[in-house]
Amino acid sequence: MNYKNKPTWMLAAITATILSTTTLVGCGDDADSQIQTTTTDKVVINPDPFPSTYTPIPSTTTLITNVTIIDGIGGMQANSQILMADGKIVGLGAEIDTPDDVMIIDGAGKYVTPGIIDTHSHLGVYPSPDTRSHADGNEMTSPVTAQVWAEHSVWPQDPGFQRALAGGVTALQILPGSANLFGGRSVVLKNLPDRTVQDMKFPDAPYGIKMACGENPKRVYGKKGGPATRMANVAGYRKAWIGAAEYKAKWEQYEADVEAGKDVKAPKRDLNNETLKGVLDGDIIVHMHCYRADEMVVMMDVMKEFNYQIGSFHHAVEGYKIADKLAQNNVCASMWADWWGFKLEAYDAIRENIPMVHAAGACAVVHSDSDIGIQRLNQEAAKAWSDGRRAGIDISQADAWQWLAANPAKSLGIFDQTGSLEVGKNADVVLWSADPFSTYAQAEKVYIDGGLAFDRSAPDTWPVSDFELGQIGEGDHK
Amino acid sequence: MKRLTTLLTLLTLSTSVLANQFAIVGGKVHTLSGQGTLDEATVLIKDGVIESIVSGSDVPLGYERIDAQGKVVTPGFIGAYTALGLVEVGFSAGQVDASTTEHPVTTIGAAIDVSYGINADSTLIPITRMEGFTSAATGIESSEYLFKGQGAFIQLTDDEPLLKPRAFMALSVNNSSASDAGGTRGTLWVALKQILSEAKFAADFRTSNSLIPTQHWHGVSTRTDAQALYDVIRGNSPLLIKADRKADILNIIGLKSEFPKLNIVIVSASDAWRVADKLAAAQIPVILNPEYNLPGAFDTLGATLANAGRLERAGVKVAIGIETHNIRLATQHAGNAVANGMSYDAALAALSRNVAEIYGMQDTLGSLAKGMRADVVVWSGDPLEVAEAAEHVFIGGQPTKMESRQTLLRDRYLKLQQDKPMGYIRP
Repeated sequence: MNYKNKPTWMLAAITATILSTTTLVGCGDDADSQIQTTTTDKVVINPDPFPSTYTPIPSTTTLITNVTIIDGIGGMQANSQILMADGKIVGLGAEIDTPDDVMIIDGAGKYVTPGIIDTHSHLGVYPSPDTRSHADGNEMTSPVTAQVWAEHSVWPQDPGFQRALAGGVTALQILPGSANLFGGRSVVLKNLPDRTVQDMKFPDAPYGIKMACGENPKRVYGKKGGPATRMANVAGYRKAWIGAAEYKAKWEQYEADVEAGKDVKAPKRDLNNETLKGVLDGDIIVHMHCYRADEMVVMMDVMKEFNYQIGSFHHAVEGYKIADKLAQNNVCASMWADWWGFKLEAYDAIRENIPMVHAAGACAVVHSDSDIGIQRLNQEAAKAWSDGRRAGIDISQADAWQWLAANPAKSLGIFDQTGSLEVGKNADVVLWSADPFSTYAQAEKVYIDGGLAFDRSAPDTWPVSDFELGQIGEGDHK
Repeated sequence: MKRLTTLLTLLTLSTSVLANQFAIVGGKVHTLSGQGTLDEATVLIKDGVIESIVSGSDVPLGYERIDAQGKVVTPGFIGAYTALGLVEVGFSAGQVDASTTEHPVTTIGAAIDVSYGINADSTLIPITRMEGFTSAATGIESSEYLFKGQGAFIQLTDDEPLLKPRAFMALSVNNSSASDAGGTRGTLWVALKQILSEAKFAADFRTSNSLIPTQHWHGVSTRTDAQALYDVIRGNSPLLIKADRKADILNIIGLKSEFPKLNIVIVSASDAWRVADKLAAAQIPVILNPEYNLPGAFDTLGATLANAGRLERAGVKVAIGIETHNIRLATQHAGNAVANGMSYDAALAALSRNVAEIYGMQDTLGSLAKGMRADVVVWSGDPLEVAEAAEHVFIGGQPTKMESRQTLLRDRYLKLQQDKPMGYIRP
């Protein structure tokens, strides 16, 4: 995906880290205390105050032989092999130089794919059990809350992570809910829950921001000061972007003044605008909940008005009506296969939405938005793929797998690391018991960075969250 | 008006010449009846019912042929627990007949009768039908009363969908119901037993007109509630009880020993596998969603994908399908039950024969046998495979149109570049 005129996500993240050299006031009580104003030191905001502490689980050099490989970027090869070592994919194909000390798995009759990546999950922020105590996904106190970060709500003991793992999910984006015009920052996680959310954070993944179109914000705020209409939704986005642009200009002026040797005070930090500025700077990716075709097109005009990029529309049940415009604007659509009718803006859903968006040349993504659906996203792709074929849209299985890994990885800004089976990429790999477009196929082995995170044949090794430990069904076939 | 008259005439004419003899030829037929599964067989349909199912592909003269070579034929599947016909769009979009607010006619919800609310014009009906579902149980989804009232059994046709009004009674005894019914199971169960006792009393004295308005009635339930429970208390109408926790399920088994005539069915039943033998012994069937495997509350801690298979092995009758807009996905749910230990035949029965038996409809639908209603589906392949689909759907011996509002939207937008606004494109 081409985010024109923007720095790449990776570059932005690295640059920001290098710049974050300012000495911070120890044990600061609030954001202001982190501001240093001296004539010599330039104030730089730390872009990564909650850094990832992820470490891969130990891995063994592993070769899967005689297996059908769907590489996730359009290739499919029967009787092939994949070699994983030191957390990376180091060999692919019929002929591989194999080291002596390697674990060999016979993949006869089985399939290997890239690990599934879900762009839309609320695991951890709306965890199981579903209680008011732990429902931390929607900051429904104001329509613009770009200052909140989903990672500060994620409960890593949500058993949903382990269930998703058994479905072949290796990475996922946790989003705030869709009550607000700006719901807050998202976080991309490796699906290896541990003690803290930082332990799960996908290293170097850019941040995302959740925005929402349509009836949710107007319903939530209609009697709480607005917005009460879709037109007020749009006014709300525009007002926020105007503020963010001013904030960005202030900081750019400050930086220019410091460069020019002037003795100036840094602007006051504002966490809401800091996130919005991140979007305008091209560092934070917009993920926008939007169902209706007409609203998506309005939002792409707002995007152009304020010169930012929408990474992905989420749900996009009417994506098929404007698939050409999604393609023209380089905006992905993260979609369900067949959810419909639960609200009026989901009334025009059709089963061929995903293949029709794909066929128009746009970036189609299969997403879950569900702790149940995330466990079998391969089946969601299979339904969309077969429905498309019956409607005359002939997409290969190999191409369709892009909806599950490569396209989600691109829309999350992590495709340089994962999302396809290519030499040099992270060994985020699933071995399926059968053709993963079948209802009966199950993820047998799931590797994250080459480590065997889930092995269906070894129940004693299955991860169990703290919540389920000592409860009924602990370690059961889930 | 003149044009409309002509159209009506044409429709009337076409009705009178509708074929009534069909042969579905050469498919793999899962009869779900004594005939079992036939690898290559022909289903003959005449006058709305199954005339015969015979091995091979020979067809007598006079039958319209539907080629099913290489395809799979099943009875029409049955939505086991839905609100079809009672809801178009559930949320913030106007009237929904699948939820209730308070009314003096009922104090406990039993009197509610959804049969008056079924809308044959609902778009959900063709959308569901064209995916191989030909009938459904339908009832209240959301109620603050202990009981969710009397549900109906419908066929998924555009005309006269109601096959059986007041086909079942539903209630819930799970966590959220305990929260609504006095805040504790300690109140809920006392209330439930009191209500059933009142109904039993009213039923026993029915002939003495004890419930006429001039007589005194001091029940917790209203007279109308008590009357609505007549058939339940005598076992003529199934009582569907939503429950998940093992302790709740054991209470239900206890209820059945106290009121032995009750024809109880447990819905949802996350923990049912833990008391599978007892359920089998008490002959209590279960309607479940086999994909539900999360501890969504403190009464679903035992939820597992293995539930359906474990219940089957213990001898419990299992039905699959708790949904409304996407009850069509019950085939996928059943496929996932198979992937997690249920037998294939039991999974097919869970979508057809078992559902019919739960609602007392097994003599007319739910399996393919001579004399049964011809609700028949031809599938492109294994109906439990997500990549296969229904190709022909017969209800009452007539083929149905494989078209819905969704397929029309699809067809309108398959080509985005048009020389006119989309409103002029009529697929």
